[in-house]
Amino acid sequence: MDILRIATAGSVDDGKSTLIGRLLYETNSITKDKIEALEMASKRKGLTFLDLSLLTDGLIAEREQGITIDVANIYFSTPRRKYIIADTPGHFEYTRNMVTGASNTKVSMILIDARNGVLEQTFRHFFIASMLRIPKVIVCINKMDLVGYSAEKFNAIKADIQAIADKVSFEGQEVTFIPMSSLYGQNISIRATEMPWYGGLTLLDELESTAFEEIKKPARFPVQFVLRPKTEEFHDYRGYAGKIASGSFSVGEKITVLPTGQTSTIATIEKFGMQLQTAEAKESVVITLETDVDVSRGNMLVKTNNQPNQLREITARVCWMDSQPIVAGKTYILQHGINESKAKIIALNSKIDVVTQHTIVDAVSALKLNEIGDITLKTAKPIFADKYAQNSANGAFILIDDQTNSTVGVGFVL
Amino acid sequence: MNSDIPKHGFFPRELEDEAIYILREVAAQFEKPALMFSGGKDSITLVRLAQKAFYPGKIPFPLIHVDTGHNFPETVAFRDWLIKETGAELIVRYVQDSINQGKVKEETGKYASRNVLQTVTLLDAIEEFKFDACIGGARRDEEKARAKERIFSLRDDFGQWDSKRQRPELFDMLNGRIAIGENMRVFPISNWTELDVWNYIKEEGIAIPSIYYSHQRQVIERDGMLWADSDYLNKDADEIPFEATVRFRTVGDMTCTAAVASEAVQLDDIIGEILAAEISERGARIDDKRSEAAMERRKQQGYF
Repeated sequence: MDILRIATAGSVDDGKSTLIGRLLYETNSITKDKIEALEMASKRKGLTFLDLSLLTDGLIAEREQGITIDVANIYFSTPRRKYIIADTPGHFEYTRNMVTGASNTKVSMILIDARNGVLEQTFRHFFIASMLRIPKVIVCINKMDLVGYSAEKFNAIKADIQAIADKVSFEGQEVTFIPMSSLYGQNISIRATEMPWYGGLTLLDELESTAFEEIKKPARFPVQFVLRPKTEEFHDYRGYAGKIASGSFSVGEKITVLPTGQTSTIATIEKFGMQLQTAEAKESVVITLETDVDVSRGNMLVKTNNQPNQLREITARVCWMDSQPIVAGKTYILQHGINESKAKIIALNSKIDVVTQHTIVDAVSALKLNEIGDITLKTAKPIFADKYAQNSANGAFILIDDQTNSTVGVGFVL
Repeated sequence: MNSDIPKHGFFPRELEDEAIYILREVAAQFEKPALMFSGGKDSITLVRLAQKAFYPGKIPFPLIHVDTGHNFPETVAFRDWLIKETGAELIVRYVQDSINQGKVKEETGKYASRNVLQTVTLLDAIEEFKFDACIGGARRDEEKARAKERIFSLRDDFGQWDSKRQRPELFDMLNGRIAIGENMRVFPISNWTELDVWNYIKEEGIAIPSIYYSHQRQVIERDGMLWADSDYLNKDADEIPFEATVRFRTVGDMTCTAAVASEAVQLDDIIGEILAAEISERGARIDDKRSEAAMERRKQQGYF
């Protein structure tokens, strides 16, 4: 069974929590006791219908304010696949959470209130989906019940959004539009009787039929842990444990160890003693080599005929996530996958206004919380990264402030 | 060795790969990790994952069990069997000791439970052994406050969780840096649902305590739920125990875990029950019913 990870983004009050609640409700993912609790809570609020948004609004602070303020993970499954929704807040202050929630996802669901159409937020959501290179965007034009299920309204919003998509989408990104009412369950999993003019799929059918063409990526294996049991049975055993970041590895292939450049051949690929011939991206395995080479945590095994650059100077787009702004000249810890190095910010090149798409180049003195810009940094150790646009699984890093230990930014190698 | 695991079963194998990756990060990033073992299916699953992560080496950290003294005897017997089977190291600390030391006070009344008290025993154990990372079997689908918790979840000196101080977790990069006195709680099966756990147990052939399966037991009915009768349960005069065919969906203390009427004698029956579930897993946890925000409050105080 496979997993489809989805990020949701929307503005305050466009019905995102209701939409997610509706998806759970219609896929029978809510147990009877939870529905009863929901009925009670809805009644307490004086509502005559089931307030499905209460299912996902978790934290005490949020319940008081009535808005979602952090990334929540929500799960449901169908006989076809398992879904993980990263529900990210739409409020403008929370770009950081939106980027966090959307990292790792394959589908971005962007909610639009049909009464309001495109908002400033819509630009932001599209920009982030493109920056993260999320391959599929589903634009959910919600609250169609409040605009009389009007095809004209839907088409007008669709045209506006298509214009944004044309500006920021990357080649191969798929953008789909669905008119819906999450409050009344129209086009969520059941086709809307009120919108016969819509010929596309329901949201659930769209998700169920989502498939991605596997584009062959270069093989990258970051070594997490060196296994040396030193027991009698495994006296000279030396295995390299890790999760394949991208591509695939097979027994018998020639590999190079980065950064040393030593070469060897893959002897075995193992999973709990099970011998594999080939292992693919995202699999956690143990690789043993035919010859004794020097390998330690943070090193990377790659195929000898396809190696990444060993970067000491990196230009990257970063999203800043800390209340303390980025400081040019300051040294941070850069963590690329599991490899760490000190990294000094040598230049702040530009700042991007994600709403107007304008790039500010002159006199960029700081990147503040929730701001996005391009920087150049110098690392103390080589980093074995690919360009994010070419191999996203090996092209991102985080920055850590070693005084606070906080994760303060995320970078995408340009 | 289990070589006939179906490559495309009902369990999404990606979840196992993710959990193993997280466990290896814990072993690499921390000096003194420990696995919090409750005897329940989630922590048993963690033990299997840890075995797999470090095979052919041994699990490189101890299991710590906070024994409330109100455990099901079946759970304790199972724990001891599992330790023998895996060769893992086990540390046990007792809530009774914390009570004797006057650090906590036994609850009274008919809802008395030691569930809340175990937080103190756990925090003391963390201090005693200087554990810098505690691996737990919590899952985000269990409860709304958990849905927002990170995989590496930072706790302060007092074991407290602050939802506003959570570090963003991007892609699969885990930042395990902590200051002195701080502690990381790590949840490798965050993204698993109850059904995922059961499918995994089935596909892997993992042994679990017998009380998960249907059996005959003396119970009382209270608040529409079946409570296991035991010396630790404070009963009203009109709460007369009777025999019923039940099983437990979740295994905590005898005083805070409700039984469900069930005829499920094998894993397929249990999975069938979950698919048709009328009541959610935490719905069988009496401790959560205390208030709607019960879990979040307890987490802020250092629980789990």
